[in-house]
Amino acid sequence: MKRKGKLARGVAVVGAGMSRFGMFKDKNSKDLFLEAFREMIESVDKGMDVNDIDALYLGNFTNDFFVHQAHWGPIISDLIGLSPRPATRTEGACASSALAFREGVFAIASGMYDVVLVGGLEEMSKKTTEEVAEGLALATIPYEGKVGFTFPGVFGAIATAYFERYGANREHLMNVTIKSHNNAPLNPKAQFPYTIKDIMNMKKERAKKKGLDVPRWEDEKDFLRDPKANPVVAWPMHLYDCCPISDGAACMLLVAEDIAKNFTDDPIYVAGIGQGSGRGLHACDDLTSFEATKYAAKEAYSMSGLSPKDIQFAEVHDCFSIAEIIHMEDLGFFPPGQGYKAVEEGLTRLDGSIPINTSGGLKCKGHPVGATGIAQLYEVWVQLRGKAGKRQIPNPDLRVGAAHNLGGTGGTCTFTILERR
Amino acid sequence: MKERAFSDRSYEEFLKEEKLMGSRCKRCGALYVPPRALCTKCFNTEMEWEEMKGKGRLIAFTCISVAPPSMMKQGYNRNNPYCSGVVELEEGAKVDARIEGVDVKDPENIKIGTEMKVKFIHITDGKEEETYLAFEPV
Repeated sequence: MKRKGKLARGVAVVGAGMSRFGMFKDKNSKDLFLEAFREMIESVDKGMDVNDIDALYLGNFTNDFFVHQAHWGPIISDLIGLSPRPATRTEGACASSALAFREGVFAIASGMYDVVLVGGLEEMSKKTTEEVAEGLALATIPYEGKVGFTFPGVFGAIATAYFERYGANREHLMNVTIKSHNNAPLNPKAQFPYTIKDIMNMKKERAKKKGLDVPRWEDEKDFLRDPKANPVVAWPMHLYDCCPISDGAACMLLVAEDIAKNFTDDPIYVAGIGQGSGRGLHACDDLTSFEATKYAAKEAYSMSGLSPKDIQFAEVHDCFSIAEIIHMEDLGFFPPGQGYKAVEEGLTRLDGSIPINTSGGLKCKGHPVGATGIAQLYEVWVQLRGKAGKRQIPNPDLRVGAAHNLGGTGGTCTFTILERR
Repeated sequence: MKERAFSDRSYEEFLKEEKLMGSRCKRCGALYVPPRALCTKCFNTEMEWEEMKGKGRLIAFTCISVAPPSMMKQGYNRNNPYCSGVVELEEGAKVDARIEGVDVKDPENIKIGTEMKVKFIHITDGKEEETYLAFEPV
């Protein structure tokens, strides 16, 4: 059984679409998915026939809670005219649609299907902030919730352990936030397309208009240190360390490698996919690392024959600023305890040696949880095809990019490597 | 000690009796707090109860200002944050717990490594009594 850990047949991405992310009073999950689906169809260079799609895999965390509607597979398959073909919903908290991608890849690799649509969606903004927090906390480990841990709380605790072990502090987390916000205005689909400087100026203007004292922040860090501008959520996590509440959808068209050229002359190939599962804070050996990420990375690197140094850029699951730092270390981009220094040195900027979260990340692009996994891969696909516009990574030989998705407090993690050949 | 299943329910019952209990694998000696009925190291199902001394040190914490509904009911909010953390017990196991007796408004001065001792918080919500595991500095 030599094939273990490899795909029995190669899979390529030949189309992708993503809705705008944000808080939309006038759009529901179906409207958002259709927006992504239309873009996906237009993105297929040689065109496609919707009737060629054999099956749908759809990630959704908990629209059951957010809009009191479950069973989204058939709803979406009917929306786009796929019924009665099979539609399967995948759930892995905030990693739900990375699981849909993975199941889609396996369905093609097995030989069962040739053309599969994978997607994800979430509609969170119809609930209050407290209700959303309660909904997301459905994915914590029961023992964590019981003693008052929230999602920001778990990542706050992880940050204190990281600070203690490696000598980092809040100022280092601010570098992550500032970096992500610098990418965001370059992404027309981002929920917050503003740099921190833009936000400072907007707040100053507002104060001036209202005749209030105009705040005098010296620079971005001065702004982020101001508890009025950046209040604490779960110390040391402050507002600007946390991703927002979002609505959105994304989808991708996967096809068997041998028919990819029927759809485009520039397919993007699945080089490696990995997935791991993790335990809660109390049961893990190391609070400054996610074992599920490490396992997922090992699987994906092994399948692809690639190593961390081959990854030219990545989207990583920055639900909180500290998370981005830890993921980069777990994925092998930097040694343990060096991630925060790399951010400080600018290595992860759009023009750095390994750009991270060129989309603006979950922090600025938005985080409609069930859509995020595919939305991250959308960014990797767009970058590899050289179609990222103003945020295109300035590297003429971009060939390998990856996406890391995390669900819950590290309970489900995936790592997916895409490649342009 | 009466026979109790190695379950979350028994763990909660013991907390109400102010006992922090774990299960130890009779074959490989692995310790689990909260208890497990199946040893995930050697997959044995022969376990025995062990009471923890209730001493340990703080290894991670957070001071939460934006409280979930369950904590808001207990009076916590932006103006009245609370602390949750992870304590490594002398016996080696780690537990999630509420952290009491620290200045939650000055988290910079809460120190990782602080020696802690167990405390049981009993809360009555109407007729249901619940007990939360907490630790405070020695």
